[in-house]
Amino acid sequence: MSQTTMDPRLLRAPPKRKLRLSWADERVRGIVWQVLVVGVVGAIAYWLWSNTVHNLEVRRIATGFGFLDREAGLPIGESLIPYSPTDTYLRALTVGLLNTLKVAVVGIVLATVLGTLVGIARLSRNWLLSKIAGVYVEVIRDLPLLLQLLFWYAILQALPGPRQSLNPVEGVFLSNRGLKLPWLEWQDAHTYALLAFVAGAVGTWLWARRATALFLQDGKPRPVWPAALGLLVGLPLAVWAAFGAPWTVDWPALRGFNFRGGLTMTPEYFALLLGLVLYTAGFIAEIVRAGILAVPKGQWEAAQALGLRPGAVLKRIVLPQALRVIIPPMTSQYLNITKNSSLAVAIGYQDIVSIANTTLNQTGQAIEGIAIIMLVYLTISLSISLFMNWYNARIALVER
Amino acid sequence: MQPFGLFSTRALSAAAMVAGALLAGGLAGGLAAPALAQQAPAQAPAASAANTFDAVRSRGTLVCAVNTGLAGFAQPDSQGVWRGFDVDYCRAFAAALFGDPNKVRFVPTTAQNRFTALQSGETDVMARNTTWTLSRDTSLGLDFTATNFYDGQGFMVKRSTNVKSAKELEGATICVQPGTTTEQNLTDWARANRIRFTPVVIERLEELVSAYAAGRCDAYTTDVSGLASTRSAQPQPNDHVILPEVISKEPLAPAVRQGDARFADVIRWTHYALIAAEELGITQANVQQMANDPRPEAQRLLGRNGELGKMLGLDNAWAVNVIKAVGNYGEMFQRHLAPLGIQRDESPNALWTKGGLQYAPPFR
Repeated sequence: MSQTTMDPRLLRAPPKRKLRLSWADERVRGIVWQVLVVGVVGAIAYWLWSNTVHNLEVRRIATGFGFLDREAGLPIGESLIPYSPTDTYLRALTVGLLNTLKVAVVGIVLATVLGTLVGIARLSRNWLLSKIAGVYVEVIRDLPLLLQLLFWYAILQALPGPRQSLNPVEGVFLSNRGLKLPWLEWQDAHTYALLAFVAGAVGTWLWARRATALFLQDGKPRPVWPAALGLLVGLPLAVWAAFGAPWTVDWPALRGFNFRGGLTMTPEYFALLLGLVLYTAGFIAEIVRAGILAVPKGQWEAAQALGLRPGAVLKRIVLPQALRVIIPPMTSQYLNITKNSSLAVAIGYQDIVSIANTTLNQTGQAIEGIAIIMLVYLTISLSISLFMNWYNARIALVER
Repeated sequence: MQPFGLFSTRALSAAAMVAGALLAGGLAGGLAAPALAQQAPAQAPAASAANTFDAVRSRGTLVCAVNTGLAGFAQPDSQGVWRGFDVDYCRAFAAALFGDPNKVRFVPTTAQNRFTALQSGETDVMARNTTWTLSRDTSLGLDFTATNFYDGQGFMVKRSTNVKSAKELEGATICVQPGTTTEQNLTDWARANRIRFTPVVIERLEELVSAYAAGRCDAYTTDVSGLASTRSAQPQPNDHVILPEVISKEPLAPAVRQGDARFADVIRWTHYALIAAEELGITQANVQQMANDPRPEAQRLLGRNGELGKMLGLDNAWAVNVIKAVGNYGEMFQRHLAPLGIQRDESPNALWTKGGLQYAPPFR
């Protein structure tokens, strides 16, 4: 923007003020106060730090992160990566971190879906549906989460033992040892097929953007689905076939005390996930409902007056406006799910808190252990916040 | 919306407490120590860590860390009075220090926060079935005194499983408490015997035992004494079997903070006095008459001859006070552990004269 087009009033600089070394000068007062506050905070931090170091020394307590390379020797029930007790503490903590992410990520997705459905159901004109949704929200929000977790865990423990397990479909077993499903014997071909699917998803997204841009240029509609079908289904299948199309199903079978083979969902994970999803969905439902109700009635009426179909009214007019109200409080709920997953210790799901606690107990290095837990939660939470803030800015009202 | 629930607070309490305690360091030690450290670095540790003995004596009460609740070792009874083997040890220490077994305050500690409670100075001594290991003795800033109970890790299964030996546990799901030597022994044992198992790891003992009882696990593992205690608390103790294998050595010993050898001596010799009393046949009932016992060692132990008590910095009748308060070692065992079905004959806990390991150095 050139200077000539600018309003000349904006170019005028404010009159320069002289800094007087007097208490009456607002800026001097400001600087003095800031130096004081920063100094006090710094002094407290230094005192805490030096005092801690001193106390650790006096009590002859080992310090440092050297223990991370030592053999952990702690057993872990479920892990996304190969783990054995001969591995290091670092690997054990990584397993814990992945377990936390496993419950947080799946929990966030499921709670969002369930919460949105319940929130919309509560606004439904169907009396029964809206009342059921209302009762669900009121009951689930009013009970402490820990109580709900222990409740679900107790229910899952009341299932029959592995020998008498429920077997609704061949290969599927439900017992107090968890849910057992048949699963593929994982091979490299499957990994490559999965990568091809991810690449296909990115390709589909790029094509959809391009199609929209072209449509805006020449007005000719271009369907996205043939490309999507090819990229999302055809490509992974082709990759899988190119690697020899391996297909061996790993059936769970009762051998000795327990089931061997297949995919397991442990009662601990299931109880934690169920508790977190049901609890948080109650809050999300209210956020969604509030978001939809925040869109003025006139918007609905105007959209209907234009002759839009009810689906289009919701999709094109109401939801984009509701999202702006929904996203900020939703971020808090996602953070809550992540942090509440630390309740896992109550029911024996080995998340980062559980494993870090054991580590600090075995090594006696409490400060390091707590620092690791804090660092992990801070990193996850900040990542969620950053992503949600980015998304919030993207959907924000663009004023022209 | 609650960012953290009840349990999380509890689970993290160990953690937060540790951090808090070490950061603040106890007001006196914390505020005074850095100043001292600048003037005389060599003296500072002595000033804050070495005066447990004097601090306890001038306070007039002993603060003793015990288990949160383990039948036979430490558990409050229906009147809220702490009862158990470890609890009696705390009373014995108080009797030795003050001549009064009631000058003791009990602090229940979990497997997770027990070391911190001692390190931070919240408690003076820990009598809480804690295994003496090299790494704990060296890296936690603690000193273990003397083994007062020789334990070992075992397994308990339901009788209905028909398991007769731990070797048959291949593929089993095993319930275990985290943060204990138990957890590490289990993995060592499984590795050595090529047994694959699935762990279920729950911190709170009540939750863990209920998971075992509900059949979530095929076996429950902890020290044999703990198994006996848990078994006796089940509605049908006979439905549960403790397997014969003992897979580890678990010498349980009271521990004190490192740096005050004098206080550690009092704790250590109180235990030896209990053993010596049994060796000499001195009991809670006959301790007064035994004062006239002509045997020289009894005379020295009971303070009729020599100045052994004074050498410890205590009253010369310290051992009389201890025995009057809790009886001798055998009586304590009989009172608290025998009812759980824990055998003493032919076990390491028998006196050395009867083939066991309990032995007191000479009172001379």
